[in-house]
Parts: sequence; structure tokens; C-alpha cells
Amino acid sequence: MNPNLAANPPVATAFFFYGLAAVMVIGGIMVITRKNAVHSALALITTLLAQAALYLMLYAPFVAGVQIILYAGGIMVLFLFVIMLISIERASKERQFNKLWLIGIVAAAALGGLLIAVYTTTSKGRTMFVERPTSYVESQNTQAVAAFLFDRSTGMYMFSFEIASLLLLVAIIGAVVMAKKRI
Amino acid sequence: MHDLVQYIQSYLDSNQTPGAAGNIFWAVVYVLLVFVGLSIAVIAMNWLERKILAHMQVRLGPMRVGPHGLLQPIADALKLLLKEDIIPEEADKVVFWIAPFIVVLAAFTVFVVVPFGPTHAITDMNIGILFMLGVSSLAVLGIVTAGWASNSHYPLIGALRSSAQMVSYEVAMGLAVVSAIMMTSLNESNTGTLSMIGIVQAQLAQREWFLFKFFPLGIVAFGIFAIAMVAETNRAPFDLPEAESELTAGFHTEYSGFRWSLFFLAEYSAMIAVSSIAVTLWLGGWLRPFPNALSGPTWDLAFSLIPGLTFLFLAGMCFYSTVRMPKHPLFRIQTMGLAGFGALLAAIGLVLFIPAVRVRVSDIFWFSAKVAGFMYLYIWYRGTFPRYRFDQLMKVGWKVLLPTGLALLIVTAIWGMRSAVWADVVVPMWLGFVDLLRRIF
Amino acid sequence: MDAMLNISTLHYLVLGAALFLLGIIGVLTRRNVVIVLMSIELILNAVNLNLVAFSRYWQSIHGPNALHGQIFAIFVITDAAAEAAVGLGILIAFFRNKETVNVDEVNLLKW
Repeated sequence: MNPNLAANPPVATAFFFYGLAAVMVIGGIMVITRKNAVHSALALITTLLAQAALYLMLYAPFVAGVQIILYAGGIMVLFLFVIMLISIERASKERQFNKLWLIGIVAAAALGGLLIAVYTTTSKGRTMFVERPTSYVESQNTQAVAAFLFDRSTGMYMFSFEIASLLLLVAIIGAVVMAKKRI
Repeated sequence: MHDLVQYIQSYLDSNQTPGAAGNIFWAVVYVLLVFVGLSIAVIAMNWLERKILAHMQVRLGPMRVGPHGLLQPIADALKLLLKEDIIPEEADKVVFWIAPFIVVLAAFTVFVVVPFGPTHAITDMNIGILFMLGVSSLAVLGIVTAGWASNSHYPLIGALRSSAQMVSYEVAMGLAVVSAIMMTSLNESNTGTLSMIGIVQAQLAQREWFLFKFFPLGIVAFGIFAIAMVAETNRAPFDLPEAESELTAGFHTEYSGFRWSLFFLAEYSAMIAVSSIAVTLWLGGWLRPFPNALSGPTWDLAFSLIPGLTFLFLAGMCFYSTVRMPKHPLFRIQTMGLAGFGALLAAIGLVLFIPAVRVRVSDIFWFSAKVAGFMYLYIWYRGTFPRYRFDQLMKVGWKVLLPTGLALLIVTAIWGMRSAVWADVVVPMWLGFVDLLRRIF
Repeated sequence: MDAMLNISTLHYLVLGAALFLLGIIGVLTRRNVVIVLMSIELILNAVNLNLVAFSRYWQSIHGPNALHGQIFAIFVITDAAAEAAVGLGILIAFFRNKETVNVDEVNLLKW
């Protein structure tokens, strides 16, 4: 273990960033290439957990906690349940990629080219998003998020919050109606 | 050498957890200490569970392996390590291999934020309780994959039932936790906190455990959490998915030897973890009992002597059993072993009387004593209650605990927090709503 | 080398773009509906990463309490949960009818 880790933060940050980025990209590749849906689901879980760690690096601990609870602990459990309820062994022996796979990859490559063009032309010479050095107060993040959601002076996301809860209600009713045997 | 002592002493006088201070060496030391302590706790739980269940059922429990069965957990661990590792033929080998690790990972990572004292935690995250609830919900994933990877009926049904049960009771747990978190915001700035150390410090500042706050509300929240946590860890009376007479051990049927011991380790660690949540949120964490009624320097001194007295009492019980051991030459080694164990406990007790040690260890002792009380409650439930049928279990989770939790949350928010709620929250929210209407229409 | 070691917002954006592309490839090329839904979750995660990275950038300019990106990310996670639930409900309903999980066999309405 490097004893100078506390004194040289940029190196440690880069190490963790590249490690987590590698985990995420490899997990993503495994999600889209595995025959077995359970393997894809497990790869997606590792991607989501690595993403939560990246949120912690971005000084967003509340979003990281929400990601672990909702995404990795809720949505992926839902996915695994459904994978087990439908018989997936027959599906893993069929053809995995559809007939238009080449067009799909060409389209994705075109989009990738566009994104690379955007990111490299504007960062020629000067960096695209120049950050001023500032201190991020991680120990008050939840309180700041709460202030944003509920405090009239800083932000007024109360309306979106209520709409989101209405959306969840609609989703619950929709999922129950869709999955019931007899309405 | 002197530098080393100075280094250790300068660290012990700090007022931050090593994670918050960015001190990686001490954070790793704490991680190792927590890991070792947890392993010892799980081993002790194994022995205690068998002995206490046995005594509740008017029998003796393991008596053969060591004096009074004290070496039984070690024998069990040896057996599990040396057992043949059987993998079902059609099982998915990679997933079969990964599943116990996911459960152990989820059960052990939780202890990163558990506060044994104001600075005795590995780190103090701003989202402490959220992190604990989230990571303990990752155990469901391990159970589901374990049941599926075994490629057999009983594990699959056991896994689906177990994970459905855990997910259902997580909702009730979350609501009870939110009711407790609301009580942390009864300070001047009306800001609460999610950090575990902050929650106990809020109880210290308000000089009242949250169990007794707003009289029936704290106890009802604690009751909901206490029931939900037993169901969350798949323990009796909610252990249908892993009961041997029902489903031949449920999701871990096909696991043998070391892999099964990983599940076992994860289950007991999860029990200790959710008990730590309950202790931190409602029972005042590391605070000593009766902070108001029995306060003052003499009572503080009396309470700080209790750790040493506890260990001396345990040593006394060991010596008493030594005296009552059969006086036969074949029992000589066992008698000496038991006397040695008693001497060890007595030595620990005497060390805990030294004031320098006393003042640092008392936080950890009170926290561990309260968690130990919860472990006894777990064993007591197992020995007393009959098992719930699965549909009764789900009915209790969704139709009893969830509405009670919601009602409790609403009543705590409106009536319990009425002193903090009105001027600082309700009025601005009403004004903001009126403003929003004005802007829209 | 120094530009690579100093992690800036651009690094997170490039990572988000890579995940986004992987998700799009997954949606466009896979036949299994569950894996298509999981690729959609990958896309939403990439978007979230962008949002939170920009939130940190915004914080460096407008003070440590400018958390707009993080709030947006929380709402996106909530939406993803709702959409996954409804999508899987539809999948179960369809699977009950036709016993298949392949996207290109969902063609009952074709002429």
C-alpha cells in the first residue's frame, strides 16, 4: 500500500477512476454479449456498483446511496425474479443477435464518431470544462440535497418530487395490471 | 519504540474516525479489528445459540467437545473446512461459485459505518444509515443467484420465497428507520443527519434515547424494526425458506462445506448488522443507560466499572463450573482448560478496571452489550415461537407492518415533530406552493 | 500523460459516452427482451453519470450547494425503476401469450 496516498491525491484518484472505468466498461460489454441472462444481470450489478463508487468520487454520496438501494438492490432483484419466472434455458440456446446487428453497430459507431468529434475538437488546446478549484463539502451533501428539494430559497424541486411519486404510483398500478393473470 | 507509543497515543486522542481523517493505516487496522471481532462474535453466537436453545428446551446442548462444549464451534468449523465440495452437475459453475461471496460481501461491508464509539468506527459517511440499508439489500441478490444456480427445485423455491420475504420486510424497515431519522432534526438548526455517529450524538444532545421519544411512537417504531429485522435475516419465526422440515434447507441446500459456512457466516453477520442499526437508532448506540435519572460523577464511575465486573462475573461462572466438573482423570484436561479460560476472562476483567483502558473501552462495551442483548432475543425467539407459514409471513409484512409503519411515520411527522415542523417547514412549504400556483396560473 | 492523470469532467463524459454506446449496441442488436431492458438501464446509467459529472463542474463554478445535476440524477433513477417495473410486467404478459422472449418474434400485429 502506497504510504503517500494521502499526500498525492491525483494519483490515487486516477487509479480508482481508471479501475472503476475498466470494471464498468467490461461489465457493460458482458451485459450485451452474454448468452445467459443471469450472467448479464450479474455483470450489470457490478457495473451499477462501480457506478456508485464513481458517484462517491464525484462527491455525490446521496446519489451513490440511492443507486445502491434502488438500482442494485431493487431493480436488479426485479430483473432476476423475472428471469427466473420465464424459462430462460431455451432462450440461451437460440440465436442471440438479430438479423440487423450490423446496422446497429454501424449506427452506434456513427454516434460514437460524433461524440468523439465533439469531445476532441473543443478540447484542442484548452480544456472543455475548466473547473475552478473549490472544496466540496461531502459531509453536508444530504442536507444540501434536502435543501434543494424542499427549501424555497435554494431550489424548488418539490413539484418534480410530487410528480415523481405520482409516476411511481402509476408504474405500480401498471405493473400489477400487466402481470396479473385475470384482471 | 517510544515513537510508536507516541504515534498510537496521538492517534487515540483524535476526535475523528480514521476514514474521516483520511488515515489509511488506522482505517485498515480498524477493518482488521472489526473483521476479527465479527468472526469471534459469530463463533460465540454458534456456541451460545446451541447452549441457550438447549437450556430452553431442558436439555444440555453440546457438552463433549470441550468443557461445556466450548470447543464445539471450532470442531464445526474444522468439519466444514474439510468436507467434500460437491457441486451439482447441471449447476452453473460460475454463478454457483459467486453467490456465497455476494452474500458475504453484503453482510460484511455494512460494518464500515457501524459506530462502536464516537471515534470508533471505520468511517463516518454522511449517508451512514442509507448505506447500511442499501448494502444489506444486496444480500437478496446473492440469495436469488444461489437458489437459481443450484438448478434444483427446493433451492429455487426457497430462494424465491426467501428473497420475496426479505424485500417485503425491507420496506417496513425503511419506514421505521425514517421515523427515527426524523427525530434527529430536533436541534436548533432543524437539520437532521443520516450519519450513524450523528444519530447517536443527536440522542446524546437531546439526552434521551429515541426509544422513549414521543412516548408510544419511538417504541412502536422500534417494535416494527425489531420484527422486520428478524424477518430480514430469515430467522425464526420467519425462517420457512430455510427450515429443514419444510424445504430441506432452502436456498443453501446444494451448498456443502466451506460454501455453506460462508452463508452461515453471512447470516450471523447480517443479524449483528441489523441489530447494530436498531441499537444505534433507538437504543442510544454507545451511550450508557440512564443518562438522566442516574447522572453525576459517582454514577458515571459506577457505570464505568460495569465492563470489568461483567468479565469478572463470567470468570466466576467459569470457576464455578470448574469446581463442579467430574473428578475423573479423563476430565483433567477439560478442567484445566476451563480454569484457564476463566483465568483469561478474569485477566480481561482486571485490565478493564484500569482507568485509561476503562474510559476508552466503555463505549465499545455498551454497544456490544446492547447488540449481545439483541442476539439473545434472536435465540429466544427461535426457542419460543412456532414458524410462520409463508402466506402468513407475507400477510404480516405487507398488511400489518407496512400500514403501521406508514401511520407511524405520518403521526411522528405531524404530532411528534410539531415543535420543529410548523414554522420552519410547513409555512415555507405552503408559501412555496402558493408561489408555484401563482407562477403557473 | 499529465492530462490523463488529472481526472477532469471530460474523463467522466467520455466514460459516460462509452457506456451509452454499449447500451445502444445492446438495444439494437440483442434479441432477448430482458437483455434489451438491461441495456436500457445501461443507457440511463450513462446519462446519470453525465449529469452527476456536470453537477460537480457546476459546483466548482456556482458554489458547493449547486446540486442540480444530482437531483436530476435521483429523478432519473426513480424513473428507471418505474420503467423497468412496467417493462417487465409487459414482458410477463407477453410471455404468457406466446412463450418466447425474443424481440423479433413480437410480430402478432404484422400484416
